[in-house]
Amino acid sequence: MASVFEYAPAPESRSVVDIAPSYGLFIDGEFTEAADGKVFKSISPSTEEVLSEVAQAGAEDVDRAVKAARKAFEKWSALPGSERAKYLFRIARIIQERSRELAVLETLDNGKPIKETRDADLPLVAAHFFYYAGWADKLEHAGFGANPRPLGVAGQVIPWNFPLLMLAWKIAPALATGNTVVLKPAETTPLSALFFADICRQAGLPKGVVNILPGYGDTGAALVAHEDVNKVAFTGSTAVGKEIARTVAGTRKKLTLELGGKGANIVFDDAPIDQAVEGIVTGIFFNQGQVCCAGSRLLVQESIQEELLDSLKRRLSTLRLGDPLDKNTDIGAINSAEQLARITALTEQGEAEGAERWSPACELPSSGYWFAPTLFTNVTQAHTIARDEIFGPVLSVLTFRTPEEAVAKANNSQYGLSAGIWTEKGSRILAVANKLRAGVVWSNTFNKFDPTSPFGGYKESGFGREGGRHGLEAYLAPSSPEGER
Amino acid sequence: MSTVDARLSVFKTYKLYVGGKFPRSESGRVYEVTTRTSAAGAAGKGKWLANAPLASRKDARDAVVAARKAFGPWSGATAYNRGQILYRIAEMLEGRKEQFVREVAEAEGLSKAKAAAQVDAAIDRWVWYAGWTDKIAQVVGGGNPVAGPFFNLSTPEPTGVVTVIAPQESSFLGLVSVVAPVIATGNTAIVVASEKSPLPALSLGEVLATSDLPGGVINVLSGRTAEIATPLAAHQDVNAIDLAGADDVLAKELEIAAADNLKRVLRPQPVDYTETPGIERMTAFLETKTVWHPTGSLGASGSSY
Repeated sequence: MASVFEYAPAPESRSVVDIAPSYGLFIDGEFTEAADGKVFKSISPSTEEVLSEVAQAGAEDVDRAVKAARKAFEKWSALPGSERAKYLFRIARIIQERSRELAVLETLDNGKPIKETRDADLPLVAAHFFYYAGWADKLEHAGFGANPRPLGVAGQVIPWNFPLLMLAWKIAPALATGNTVVLKPAETTPLSALFFADICRQAGLPKGVVNILPGYGDTGAALVAHEDVNKVAFTGSTAVGKEIARTVAGTRKKLTLELGGKGANIVFDDAPIDQAVEGIVTGIFFNQGQVCCAGSRLLVQESIQEELLDSLKRRLSTLRLGDPLDKNTDIGAINSAEQLARITALTEQGEAEGAERWSPACELPSSGYWFAPTLFTNVTQAHTIARDEIFGPVLSVLTFRTPEEAVAKANNSQYGLSAGIWTEKGSRILAVANKLRAGVVWSNTFNKFDPTSPFGGYKESGFGREGGRHGLEAYLAPSSPEGER
Repeated sequence: MSTVDARLSVFKTYKLYVGGKFPRSESGRVYEVTTRTSAAGAAGKGKWLANAPLASRKDARDAVVAARKAFGPWSGATAYNRGQILYRIAEMLEGRKEQFVREVAEAEGLSKAKAAAQVDAAIDRWVWYAGWTDKIAQVVGGGNPVAGPFFNLSTPEPTGVVTVIAPQESSFLGLVSVVAPVIATGNTAIVVASEKSPLPALSLGEVLATSDLPGGVINVLSGRTAEIATPLAAHQDVNAIDLAGADDVLAKELEIAAADNLKRVLRPQPVDYTETPGIERMTAFLETKTVWHPTGSLGASGSSY
């Protein structure tokens, strides 16, 4: 279907960001080469253009970074909370000042639309630092005992879907509570973390408090296994999360995991259809569906299935896919060739297993990694596409008749991260929300985030919460003697 | 030669407590339980006390089925109701205090007075946790001041079925201290009793059965800790595990097995069970659910819905 509206290109300027041809590791306040001199390239997923060459941290670099963080911990943890707070406020302010630059950078490196980096990622990144800055001198009021103490060195491994936001979720509470950090950004999106290193420099953050080690999975594994790391925080796949849980078994390392999801978005027959359609689109096509809490399973009450699907298809036909830097773009590029292959394989499996596939007419750019918004109907609970996390713009549609059936189907998953409920009936919202085994439940809305709100999963979606007062717990030692190390 | 009692006492056959019933182990096996001759537990062979059931993997799996079945109703009961039942457990224990003082004294090699202090503290612990059932949500949950036209509320919810490896030395106070917080918050529990001193735990089952506690909420198994705990740590329908009574080697093994379905793990740690506990044993087995809804702030520039 041809779009009713033709839009002239409205590209955001790239000139606001100055990407160097190469970057080092950020250890003890300095950019440095990897000990073994290894480098890798970060490319723009929308064009396959090489953006920069980045040092790749090995085990030796991990050791150096952990030592720097250990050394910095002594002074950083001893600082009055009010001083730590001011550093975090400074960082928050600098992020706001540089937010346009960072938004463009993030769009280039990740492939997501500028609309999203500008209006969602960056404001949230700054807000997280502001929120946790305020906690730094109020920890004794946070409800985690009378003498809240940091754990020490935090080893943090983050994914590529929200590079800077995940960094903020990890670093802001860690620093507020007096820990120092060694963070490994994902291999496909290391650049914004390295820009963040520069922000730490501008803010005058003491050396060694934040260390950034770009690298692949083996870098992360070395960091997680390092014996002088006291806390491990990971966001990523459930398979890797389990591996990490095994690695830290029998140690005293505190662990929090934010893993996969297969969120159920439940639409009841009395739901406001137009709002629900918007929520479904936000739920699964935001960030090309590369969201752990995406509403990737649509559960529609049988009586409104036809009407809802008609509306949804109509809406999907208006989504604009293309240049992520264009301000009118809704759907950007898939982050990597590897991820595109995974999405492609899973959708092919969906067809092979008998589900019905639909996509709006959609022209894909000739270079870069692209995947058209995709809808599967006739999906049953046994289908792979109803069980496995696809992490792409692919929605599986199932139906139900009664609220009980909706709850049973929604909970029929190894995951328990998010869910959505659409109905005009308040008592039904509360009853269903109560029964869903998921860490975040959005009713009559979807994919909303806020630094004050704890986020995290049930079941195999991981443990621990990020954000809000709860997010501090992951970085504090328990108050009782149980926590003595 | 000692004088013979005028009356021959009646022994008790100690049984497991699973799903509100008292099965012998399906394996038909038992093991000898003897007194401990010193509080340090350094006993060699003490006096024979009873043959305790030597629970098998099958008993462990049965206990998981019972605990899962009980989870819905128990987690769905009102916190007020759960509090009353926990208090009822304290009432029942108070009435059978003499029995527990004797069992704890024999189990741990304590004087009557010291054993009585342990039992008193255990009873008081049930009362302490009874009072927590309807307060923990207010302490660890609440509304979040979201920057936008949304109402959002974080509420703690029980994790599910929790395996508890009870402390090895503190056969009763330690046991109560690790079980009560698990069920106070709405979880259901499978308890692996102290291997050397399982009798107070098995007798607790008799108290629970007469305390309005629904069958399956607490299930008590006795036997070889490693043999019972290993399948429970690997069980896909167990959501969490408290390793209190596992030694370092077993704890690591169980923690690795627990990673398979990302069970919540509470590692063993030095605890003085006579101290008033903090809330960490409760929060270790709670999930936080955050529910969002638009507020439709009228007249503001936000959502109009």
